[in-house]
Amino acid sequence: MKVTRSTGWSIPALLATGNVMASDMPLNMVQGVTDISQKTYDLHMNILYICCVIGLVVFGAMFWSIFHHRKSKGAKPATFHESHTVEIIWTAIPFVILIAMAVPATGVLLEIEDNSKSDLTIQVTGSQWKWHYKYFDHDLEYYSVLATPRAQYENYNGIFNSNASKPLPKGENYLSEVDRPLVIPINKKVRFLVTSDDVIHSWWVPDFAVKQDANPGFINEAWAKVNVPGVYRGKCTELCGKDHGYMPIVVIAKTQVEYDKWIAEKVAVQAQAKAEEQKLLGMQMSKDELMALGERTYLASCAACHQPNGQGLPGVFPGLKDSPIALGDVKKHIDVVVNGTKGTAMQGFGKQLGLKELAAVITYERNAWGNNTGDAVQAADVNAVMKGQ
Amino acid sequence: MQQSKQVENSKLVKKLVVIVIGMFGFGFALVPLYDILCEVTGLNGKTNTTAASTENIRQNKSRTVTVEFLAITNKNMPWQFKPVERRIEVYPGEVKLVNFYAMNESGNDLVGQAVPSVSPGRGATYFNKIECFCFNRQPLKAGAETLMPLTFYIDADLPEDINTLTLSYTMYDVTEAVQGESTQLSQTGE
Amino acid sequence: MSTMTDTHDDHDDHDHKPTGITRWLYTTNHKDIGTMYLWFSFTMFLIGGFMAMIIRAELYQPGLQIIDPNFFNQMTTVHGLIMVFGAVMPAFVGLANWLIPMMIGAPDMALPRMNNWSFWILPFAFSILLASLFMEGGGPNFGWTFYAPLSTTYSNDSTAFFIFSVHIMGMSSIMGAINVIVTIFNMRAPGMTFMKMPLFVWTWLITAFLLIAVMPVLAGTVTMMLTDKYFGTSFFDAAGGGDPVMFQHIFWFFGHPEVYIMILPAFGIVSEIIPTFARKRLFGYSSMVYATSSIALLSFIVWAHHMLTTGMPVAAELFFMYATMLISVPTGVKVFNWVATMWKGSMTFETPMLFALAFVILFTIGGFSGLMLAITPADFQYHDTYFVVAHFHYVLVTGAIFSIMAAAYYWLPKWTGHMYDEKLGKTHFWCSLISVNVLFFPMHFVGLAGMPRRIPDYALQFADFNKIISIGGFAFGLSQLIFLAVVIKCIRGGEKATDRVWEGATGLEWEIPSPAPYHTFSTPPEIK
Repeated sequence: MKVTRSTGWSIPALLATGNVMASDMPLNMVQGVTDISQKTYDLHMNILYICCVIGLVVFGAMFWSIFHHRKSKGAKPATFHESHTVEIIWTAIPFVILIAMAVPATGVLLEIEDNSKSDLTIQVTGSQWKWHYKYFDHDLEYYSVLATPRAQYENYNGIFNSNASKPLPKGENYLSEVDRPLVIPINKKVRFLVTSDDVIHSWWVPDFAVKQDANPGFINEAWAKVNVPGVYRGKCTELCGKDHGYMPIVVIAKTQVEYDKWIAEKVAVQAQAKAEEQKLLGMQMSKDELMALGERTYLASCAACHQPNGQGLPGVFPGLKDSPIALGDVKKHIDVVVNGTKGTAMQGFGKQLGLKELAAVITYERNAWGNNTGDAVQAADVNAVMKGQ
Repeated sequence: MQQSKQVENSKLVKKLVVIVIGMFGFGFALVPLYDILCEVTGLNGKTNTTAASTENIRQNKSRTVTVEFLAITNKNMPWQFKPVERRIEVYPGEVKLVNFYAMNESGNDLVGQAVPSVSPGRGATYFNKIECFCFNRQPLKAGAETLMPLTFYIDADLPEDINTLTLSYTMYDVTEAVQGESTQLSQTGE
Repeated sequence: MSTMTDTHDDHDDHDHKPTGITRWLYTTNHKDIGTMYLWFSFTMFLIGGFMAMIIRAELYQPGLQIIDPNFFNQMTTVHGLIMVFGAVMPAFVGLANWLIPMMIGAPDMALPRMNNWSFWILPFAFSILLASLFMEGGGPNFGWTFYAPLSTTYSNDSTAFFIFSVHIMGMSSIMGAINVIVTIFNMRAPGMTFMKMPLFVWTWLITAFLLIAVMPVLAGTVTMMLTDKYFGTSFFDAAGGGDPVMFQHIFWFFGHPEVYIMILPAFGIVSEIIPTFARKRLFGYSSMVYATSSIALLSFIVWAHHMLTTGMPVAAELFFMYATMLISVPTGVKVFNWVATMWKGSMTFETPMLFALAFVILFTIGGFSGLMLAITPADFQYHDTYFVVAHFHYVLVTGAIFSIMAAAYYWLPKWTGHMYDEKLGKTHFWCSLISVNVLFFPMHFVGLAGMPRRIPDYALQFADFNKIISIGGFAFGLSQLIFLAVVIKCIRGGEKATDRVWEGATGLEWEIPSPAPYHTFSTPPEIK
């Protein structure tokens, strides 16, 4: 029978070649931190036990037969080959078992689907390959992106791939960490309105037993009432393209007091950032500053498709090195980065990055990898294109 | 092979080919069937796409319903798009006008198409739009801004257990599709 | 019993078969075509298996070592497509070609020329699919379920080739299915009533009806995809009034019966093999027929259990949960019948029987996880994790593929006239059995612990298990080379097989000589 505690499965011989720290994996579904997740777990265990009992009976009969009714033991075949009574019995018994399974399952499902009377609403939007969170009752919204550095997961050894680089050791929360987690209060019914702005994604936090597809053009609802403060990690669970494996979810559940404090702080910070943007318009950043910020922004937001070396993936994502856009008209370049290119995977970054980052990343693209245009794009230039001038 | 058997075979083959063609057609028939099913059950939260009539609206002032508005822009849609009011209270049968704000932040004239979706999906059939910017495509010049109206009422038959209806609009850029059509239709003026 | 030599026949080729490549290109002989199907299927099995090896090599440890995520997605997609449409389905069609005419006492398939066509378009379909991997931008990378809009608006240029190849595969399956139905309806020997047909024939008849019912729907789906992507329609695009979730409804309306297309003939095979080696008649023949039919009918009303997380109304979620749970009743009946057949039999354990027994146990385990997946609230936790991967590989690998292996060992002596090497066969079985469980059983745990499917890289906690899974995978892949060796050895020689081959075998195919002559039952046999 499966148990919740983790066991030491590590077989030393198998691990000898590995370079990873093995952390313990639970062998069963999480019990989670909501009433629903606990009930789901109980449901799961009950069905598992029922299946095990059925399995024991059926396989038991089978193995009994295999050991005792074999020719080598001199067994003579019987001649029976039909019995309506038996057939009816073993059709009826499963029915009864199924009803016993269906009743509690129906109860839990009705509870899960009761989205009414929520205390708090958060809009969750999936996007290739990040999540966007928007607090319905506050002026607060942000993107949440994988925080694990590329150098931790790109470990190509150079034989198969020319992008070889020295890998960094993998951190504790490898591929399960984000730059800006979602924060929710405990003991409140938090409603998630889930949608997508490109392909289908799926927002899954196992500890909440919430898995809801994000369908472009449609909204879906889910909810969670978390009982215990803590950090809860999840994943996108619908194939959404190249970096499907690299868009984790992190939710921090705080007490109401801490949550209120956090919200007030964040709202103030975002408001301030917006005000700062205006000041930026008059500011001239040096090219070195732009290049340094640009490289960081590029690696975080652009390198997934266009690759760190700017060469893209031929036929899928165009390279930027020597590309007509990166070497051509600045305004056109800004337009593509800010608004995206229709009918392609190139998304608009105007709503995701600040003016400073946009200016920096465009400067970087125009000067890195031998694209030596010498241009230094300033926030004001970006703003001009954004305002349609 | 005997003659009679061949005749029999080709008869059966013909029948089976009819089934195959029928099932191919059925695949396509699933599209309107799905739409009808959605309309009846609110399966995917789609709302009516043509104006509802204003006659004989029954009212029920004994309860109120919270209506929430969401505005989402699809990827590569460089518009600012948001509801003027995020949340209102109405009673079933009350005809209400709300506005959505849109601004074209790009340097190009664009045409948008808003796609509505109601959650819970079961409530979609009770959400009646008398006038909606989503019935038509919305052209917006570069840098221009606009207020887009929505007039609606909630059907008095809305089940008791639904207290909150969330209406989301996803704004899509359909400029290319419009251009494709206008080359055929010549300028009729939108 | 019938004599094999044709004395009065309007054919003039008698037992002379054409030689060289033209024999295979122009053949209308069901045995030749069956052989070609089986070799084609085995080739595809190795190619699809090689892709699985690439996937498992990348997943051997966390981090990206060998391939980039885009290519990883192409591998999972094409692995799925090849195994479903290239390995499992053609293998069953090959077995149907070889066995159905012999089992019902027919001289050949009813539509021999179409039979030739339905095979020969397959290599083209898969060449196109495989070639698309080498095009700029790569091949299909949106999963074998190709959900819109990832497969339409956001897919690469080679998608048109993918659609074209799916169309050809579909046509081939439809032609094969029509042929099977016409053969079974019109070509049975006098006295071979429906309720006297071997269960393999029965299950194939039902499968063939499923095929002509749903393959056209698949063709419709990919056609809509094609027009959405290239001709500006918007079936699945919300901007134009479509709905991406509708794609999933239509796809799974095809997809779920498709799953049973891959398992019903397996039920038939196992129902042939177990009675032979238990030396006892199949228990509950008629209930087997009814159970198979009800599984087929139910398969049309359970499709949305693949999409419980898409946000359906609660009433729909309940309906699909109940309907799905219901399927376990007829499936259970089948398993109970097999066990009852073994009960008080006189069993021996040659390789085909070993595979059949492994099928019963491991398929049932896959059935249990299927029942768990049917429970909607629990499915919210299982959906799209490795738990699902474990489930469908138990059903398809240790289910469908094991039954095909069993069938191959069971009928090889009849096909080649030689006994296969029993020792080597048993080695193949035990290697496969152990490695397949090392490969797929830990996936249950990995999935429950929260690892999503279709990801090229994972959190560190999954590392140990993935390493074990990969080792199991490589071992299972290598084990299949033993099978290749057994088959080649058996074709080239070996102990002469008797006509009946197995002591307990019953059925018309065991009444004719081994190897089966090029033309059989030109005069219909008499059925007692």
